[in-house]
Amino acid sequence: MNIIVPIKQVPETSNVKMDPETGTMVRSGVESVVNPLDLYALEAALSLKDSHGATVTAVTMGPPKARKVLDMAISMGCDDGVLVSDRKFGGADTWATSYTLSEAIKALGNVDLIIAGERATDGDTAQVGPGIAAWMNLPLATYISDIEVESEKSLIVERLVEEGYERLRLPLPALITVVKEIASPRLPTLRGKKKAMQTEIRTLSTENLTLESTNLGLKGSPTKVVKIETPKVTRGGTVVEAMDDASVTEAVDRLMDFLRQREVV
Amino acid sequence: MSYIWTLAEQANGHLKQVSFELLTRGRKLADSLDTKLASLLIGNGVSAEALRELILSGADEVYYVEDPRLASFSCETYSNIMVELIKTFQPHTILAAATSSGRTLMPYVAVRVKTGLTADCTELDIEETTGNLLQTRPAIGGNILATIKTPNHRPQMATVRPKSTRPPEPDADRDGKIINVPFKEEWLDGRVEFLGYRKDAGDFENIEEADIIIAGGKGMKKAENFKMLRRLSDSLEGMVGATRDAVDRGWIGYSHQIGLSGKTVSPKLYIGAGISGSIQHLAGIKTSEIIVSINNDPEAPLHKIADFAIVGDLFNVLPELQKRLEGGK
Ligand SMILES: Cc1cc2nc3c(=O)[nH]c(=O)nc-3n(C[C@H](O)[C@H](O)[C@H](O)COP(=O)(O)OP(=O)(O)OC[C@H]3O[C@@H](n4cnc5c(N)ncnc54)[C@H](O)[C@@H]3O)c2cc1C
Ligand SMILES: Cc1cc2nc3c(=O)[nH]c(=O)nc-3n(C[C@H](O)[C@H](O)[C@H](O)COP(=O)(O)OP(=O)(O)OC[C@H]3O[C@@H](n4cnc5c(N)ncnc54)[C@H](O)[C@@H]3O)c2cc1C
Repeated sequence: MNIIVPIKQVPETSNVKMDPETGTMVRSGVESVVNPLDLYALEAALSLKDSHGATVTAVTMGPPKARKVLDMAISMGCDDGVLVSDRKFGGADTWATSYTLSEAIKALGNVDLIIAGERATDGDTAQVGPGIAAWMNLPLATYISDIEVESEKSLIVERLVEEGYERLRLPLPALITVVKEIASPRLPTLRGKKKAMQTEIRTLSTENLTLESTNLGLKGSPTKVVKIETPKVTRGGTVVEAMDDASVTEAVDRLMDFLRQREVV
Repeated sequence: MSYIWTLAEQANGHLKQVSFELLTRGRKLADSLDTKLASLLIGNGVSAEALRELILSGADEVYYVEDPRLASFSCETYSNIMVELIKTFQPHTILAAATSSGRTLMPYVAVRVKTGLTADCTELDIEETTGNLLQTRPAIGGNILATIKTPNHRPQMATVRPKSTRPPEPDADRDGKIINVPFKEEWLDGRVEFLGYRKDAGDFENIEEADIIIAGGKGMKKAENFKMLRRLSDSLEGMVGATRDAVDRGWIGYSHQIGLSGKTVSPKLYIGAGISGSIQHLAGIKTSEIIVSINNDPEAPLHKIADFAIVGDLFNVLPELQKRLEGGK
């Protein structure tokens, strides 16, 4: 089985600090990492490789330094990494991003399964996975929490939706996006890290892909970001202390009054 | 002037509440552009009465595509229907819900009709000078609000965060047209087969739909103590949420996780107990109407963004709150 995992480089958020004065995120010195939700996609692919045999290729679109996330993917056990990078791709919205990625994936040859993350923690649209499926006219199943290989040509998957878990039979080739429940991501191994150092990362760009130039980057993007605001984080609410029995009673009284006043109880 | 469309959603023949919330949004846009509002529904077994509810809630026209094979969501089939209807009617704008199906179908359709899509909007407006849709959405874990336009492509498409607005008051005097769109065999794409729902879904709960959420974190100390939250949420007719730390310890199932790698919720009331308020957790609760925090650490970040913060031991505060709710005073 040939599996492609599109992964995105995002700013690391676990150490993000908020500026108390302006209420904005302190961005300086923030490192870039693999989108945390893409680790589940990588794990899903690598488990299939362990259980059924597969070649797993991680693909990322981004600036040259995004190759770092491919090294990470290979050190976890992926066979290959492909960097999709060109100045002309910069500023792409999800429509243009999914176009470019779909062309890159087509150029890699036969693919049986594409496993994308649920969403990226920065742009946070969850649109690139479904977009790639649409460009490639592949059947699509999103929010997958469990995969069972039924045959060479089909999977039985579980899909986490508002009503519970749907069970679907999915013919291959197909694209799925996965949720955290699918598996816990493995850590990179020493052997994997060595392999990453030896593996040559292929780069795909406008030089070696046949692309519609009007579909690329900022210019080719139907959506335009026209304004960015940083909402204030503090609400300036009431603070009450409840450190002993009497103050607990009083605090809960005041809370009940507050909730009644706001008509929620 | 081309129409504003909303995409209504149904499950088992019943319209979901979010279908009505979208009409609140759509009506405002249609009025400011002086055009009509239509609601499109794809599904099966929805009664004429339910369809009329859409009219009473603000739609001028309802297009209903019905077939037993449309009962469960299929991205491929639904997108075939939408692509054809979009090409035929050329709407100005399409609003869908940012639900599991809306967030799957809309990007698939946007690619096929070659237009932009803005995700998970919490604010929608019309730009006066151009008549363009101004779409505002939180991104980067809710730390920024971006306003996005689709200036040169039609239709303009957006998904809208459930519960980010209230459904309209139905108006019994409103009139409108209900149009049954005949189903075409050629729309059917049978590639993905729906087999049913999993039976033993454990403690699955859809917290995105909750009006009241009482959430627990690592400060709850053990799984046993989540029963306290369950009792409170029963009294409040709410649901139970949790932080990643609580979920990872196996105290409660993943469907309850709120935050960057869990659900984004917008209840009327969120109560967090024993939750520090990490940036990843806050990403999931920022659009809650009222935030209450219970934590014995006065410096806990959740206190800072709370509308009402109790600095105290949750094991004293929660039982007291339970007593009050049961005592009914
Ligand atoms: C503030 C802000 C708001 C935005 N809002 C919108 C919007 O509403 N609509 C819109 O069309 N664009 C929007 N964009 C642009 C969008 O963020 C970019 O197109 C981005 O490159 C991809 O979208 P995402 O981060 O939402 O990824 P998602 O769609 O959330 O990512 C889902 C999955 O797709 C894969 N993937 C995503 N990006 C890549 C990549 N570069 N390489 C490999 N795999 C990838 C990963 O598997 C990932 O888990 C916005 C950008 C900003 C800065
Ligand atoms: C990529 C990434 C994604 C993540 N995604 C998520 C996510 O989706 N959701 C999420 O929640 N987290 C997420 N996290 C984890 C997040 O960073 C925090 O670790 C987590 O939210 C902390 O959970 P907590 O508040 O339960 O625990 P803690 O931070 O340990 O807080 C426990 C709190 O309980 C209080 N407490 C203890 N005892 C009592 C008592 N008796 N009475 C009152 N208060 C008490 C303490 O003062 C403390 O403030 C993510 C992290 C990363 C890196």
